Amino acid sequence: MRFFEYESRVVTAKVGIPVTRHGLAKTADEARRIAEQIGGPVVIKSQVLSGGRMKAGGVKFADTPDEAARHADQILDLEIGGHMPRGVLVDDRAPLRREYYAGVVWDGIRKLPVMLFSDMGGIDIEEVAQTHPDRVVRVHFSTLRPVSDWQAKQLITSLGISGSALNRLTPIVARLARLFLAYDMTLAEINPLGELQDGSFVALDAHMEMENEARRRQHALLHELGVGDEETRLAREPTAFELAGEQVDAQDHRGVAGNVTEFDGDLGLVIGAGGGSLTLFDAVRAHGGRPANYCEIGGNPSVRKACGLAKLVLEKPGVDKIAVMMSIVSNTRVDIVARGVIKACLELGYDPAEKIAIFRIPGAWEDEGFKILRRYGVQYADRTVSLHEAARRAVESIGQGPMRSSEAATADGAAA
Amino acid sequence: MSVEQVGPRAPADGLFIAVEVEEWAVRDRELAAKLAEVCPVDIYHAGARGIEVVREHLDECVLCELCLNAAPPGAIRVIKRYDGDAPLRA
Ligand code: SF4
Repeated sequence: MRFFEYESRVVTAKVGIPVTRHGLAKTADEARRIAEQIGGPVVIKSQVLSGGRMKAGGVKFADTPDEAARHADQILDLEIGGHMPRGVLVDDRAPLRREYYAGVVWDGIRKLPVMLFSDMGGIDIEEVAQTHPDRVVRVHFSTLRPVSDWQAKQLITSLGISGSALNRLTPIVARLARLFLAYDMTLAEINPLGELQDGSFVALDAHMEMENEARRRQHALLHELGVGDEETRLAREPTAFELAGEQVDAQDHRGVAGNVTEFDGDLGLVIGAGGGSLTLFDAVRAHGGRPANYCEIGGNPSVRKACGLAKLVLEKPGVDKIAVMMSIVSNTRVDIVARGVIKACLELGYDPAEKIAIFRIPGAWEDEGFKILRRYGVQYADRTVSLHEAARRAVESIGQGPMRSSEAATADGAAA
Repeated sequence: MSVEQVGPRAPADGLFIAVEVEEWAVRDRELAAKLAEVCPVDIYHAGARGIEVVREHLDECVLCELCLNAAPPGAIRVIKRYDGDAPLRA
């Protein structure tokens, strides 16, 4: 889940990283009062959970409190990326000597967090990494051992920074790494991290994202920030289709059959199993398919839930067929999912053999599952067919993607 | 939730699973209570008249055989309709 900048600032300050004087304003008058308190040039920043604020006109500079109020008035009415701002951050426009970048992100490949540091702050770090790769340094660190200042110091030193700047930057980067672990963040960055004229450092902007699953664990922090349980903090509001998916999943406690995201394709997906959803979604796209949705099924959902999810996807306007695919399952029963998706077809008046492009779920109780699929003439595949091949067949069956006529009619282990 | 009493000539049918109860067992309230307790997906209900079946739960049957273990031999049949009406535990 993403945090607004004003919330990220609170988290940053909480761990002892210096931040500029600032305040959140919901009206132009509030913005004027905060600017008066700061007593100098200020920056007015839209508080939206969307990138591209500067380009969209959501960041403006003001030399006087009246100018701050005028800008705030405009920005509060400005929609950015489909979002209206929650307020504006009125921030001290501190005169800078130099801008740096400090960040911590989760490296999904190494399965470790990584500290990043650059002496080219104030611009997009991905851009810096591309255009000036020698100006971005990084080091992975353990999630189990405490983060030491020494690790941060080594990182900063590798950019040739020394002396007072090194001594002042080290605790900031180390604290950011500790914050990342303590608050279950997936991203914690300060950009720019400004060096003031007196040689001290201050966070001018902060961006934090927390692991969604950590919401319960981090309840105290969220409460402190005033983040309500009902706030999804997703990139966009959930669609009616996605909300219906949540209802399907909430029907009973057994397993998962939900986590639905809507897309505009014609191939419905009932997919899952330990990362299988993402792999299968990508595989469908790689074969030229146009998914109508993303979802997750697993943990042995009831027939009712599997049926509800399949029905939801089948009823989505534009969906031609569904592909029911998972990697090899041990804690989900093949026969239960087979019953669910077939029941969905029948209850909607469809022939399962027509509507299910492919059923590829090998694993627990597969013999029983395959009996059910054979009974209804559904094309199925066992574990000898890879996820990628299953995705290809699904795409092919609705006439998308490149055809391979020699394989079109085959089905390893498939029903006659 | 609709419950019904079933007999050998009137099985409770789901799409995939059917349950039959022998006439001599159907009014056994003690057995009905036992079945209601053991079935993990609440297919049996202990009614005033004995064993009742919750039709909308039938297709949730996980083929665990707990009901067959709890009942006297032959009292209950769980039938896999998708498998040529093969009984669970022939
Ligand atoms: S086999 Fe198990 S799940 Fe099925 S009816 Fe009997 S007790 Fe219930």
